[in-house]
Amino acid sequence: MAKASRLAFGEALAEVGAKNQNVVALDADLAKSTMSKIFADQFPERFFEMGIQEANMIGVAAGLALSGKVPFCCSFACFVTGRYDTIRISVAYPNANVRVIGTHAGIGIGEDGNSQMGLEDIGLMRGLPNMVVLQPADEVETKQMIEFLANRHEGPAYVRLTRQKLADVSPDGYQFKLGKSVVLRDGKDVTCFATGGTVQGAVAAAEELAGEGIDVRVVNLSSIKPIDADIIVKCAKETGKLFTVEDHNIIGGMGTAVAEVVTEKCPVPVFRWGLPDVFGESGSPEALYAKYQLDGPGIAAKIKEFLG
Amino acid sequence: MSTAAATDIATMKKIASKARINTIKMLHEAGSGHPGGSLSAMDIMTVLMHRFMKHDPTNPRWEDRDRFVLSKGHCVPAWYCLLADAGYFPEEDLMTLRKLDSPLQGHPVNTAMDSMEACTGSLGQGLSIAIGMAMAAKLDGKPHKIYCMIGDGETQEGQIWEALLSAPKFKLDNLVVILDNNGGQIDGPVEEVMSLNPVVDKMNAFNWHVIDIDGHDYDQIIAALEEANGVKDQPIFIRAATVKGKGVSFMEAKIDWHGKAPSAEETEQALAELSA
Repeated sequence: MAKASRLAFGEALAEVGAKNQNVVALDADLAKSTMSKIFADQFPERFFEMGIQEANMIGVAAGLALSGKVPFCCSFACFVTGRYDTIRISVAYPNANVRVIGTHAGIGIGEDGNSQMGLEDIGLMRGLPNMVVLQPADEVETKQMIEFLANRHEGPAYVRLTRQKLADVSPDGYQFKLGKSVVLRDGKDVTCFATGGTVQGAVAAAEELAGEGIDVRVVNLSSIKPIDADIIVKCAKETGKLFTVEDHNIIGGMGTAVAEVVTEKCPVPVFRWGLPDVFGESGSPEALYAKYQLDGPGIAAKIKEFLG
Repeated sequence: MSTAAATDIATMKKIASKARINTIKMLHEAGSGHPGGSLSAMDIMTVLMHRFMKHDPTNPRWEDRDRFVLSKGHCVPAWYCLLADAGYFPEEDLMTLRKLDSPLQGHPVNTAMDSMEACTGSLGQGLSIAIGMAMAAKLDGKPHKIYCMIGDGETQEGQIWEALLSAPKFKLDNLVVILDNNGGQIDGPVEEVMSLNPVVDKMNAFNWHVIDIDGHDYDQIIAALEEANGVKDQPIFIRAATVKGKGVSFMEAKIDWHGKAPSAEETEQALAELSA
């Protein structure tokens, strides 16, 4: 069943909070949108409404983490990662156990327009030492990531979530592993690496292109940092061409991370797709995904352009 | 486990004087650093460490210790000197300040030294961290206190005002903030660069328990911290009027001494004054 990853997050946070008393949550006046409210309703003594103070919220989360708590610090992706120096010095530098949660990522937020769209956040967070960067593709992966971050990870992490619903794409029995990626569909002509809101479109594009005799391998690249270099090299060797697609600026995002690996370890042609170094705009999520070619037909068209 | 020592004022003044001497020596050796704010903060830091804070030099990460977050991280040489004097690390390590591979980083780094509580130095951030620590203590039902020192130039940062707005909401009576109001910052007097005044009125309006003292008067510092221990349901804000460069005549109240190391001659003169 399709579900927004922010909703899966809120449900997962309440689930892990019931078992792990060290889990706390903070929000900056967006608890109903980030879905941290699900946790807040069940554990009000462990939820801190910080008001519209993202920088202070991040610093307070750092102080909680340095005292043994596991704080989930929530806002829209653009607002929370916009407080970059606080994340850099108060969270990443001391290796504090803060989970920075950025929801409403990408143009998928829709009508609110560019000022509410996190489009550079992966690049920002990826550049910080100690920081893990994750972006789940569906409900089951979101819940596994949140459980992992609540109970089995030391150090700071950034999780990028969507406002829009995401179709189930993970295979049966899927188990998220930090630094690992999973092949959703095999293929031999080209590999399409997708993450977050574009994974379902990548799967649809592969199905569409199969009808035209183009065999596309699809990989869900949810662990953006650390990245699964082995699977990237394997796909480079086996399919010869790599295509990346994400709801993020093509500069600094998942595609850049893939290109870094390929350049050093196994140079093959790479085509990065995403927001082509532009800001977003208002529109329905569907209309925006169509315009910026991040939906199934758009991704299929860009893959054909790449393959010539 | 350790408890706060009831060190007498005469002894604390000697400790502060020795720490001032070491601060001058280490900044001269390092060739850079911030003497003005280190010296203005020294008396308050000394009273905190030797009269109020529960801490254990043999177990810096003791869970029930009182925390000291130096938000004005550039003044960490003063705290390093007091830590060394208290036995946290050998005094000779002070001369490695700002040098390659030293745990005595130019600004506080918790991953480099167990007795540092956080990473500070990008101004405006330490108070938020201290608030988070105070919240965690409340959640755990622990009685330890969080002391946080902020600078007056630093208080121009927006995040400080977010933090000042938020602490009263959570009734953090285990949080004591000390404003080292030495009146100077790199580009000039705080009053000219970006005035905070009337800062006491502002903090009262923000619903803090405000205490206004002379930050070099030991009786006043002790009385303020004792008063802080009795406050309920409100965070405590101590506005400490201080003198930048306190204790070295040619540094006192001189903006130039915010962030430069003394020469060999200046060091000699400063040490002569401080040893007198």
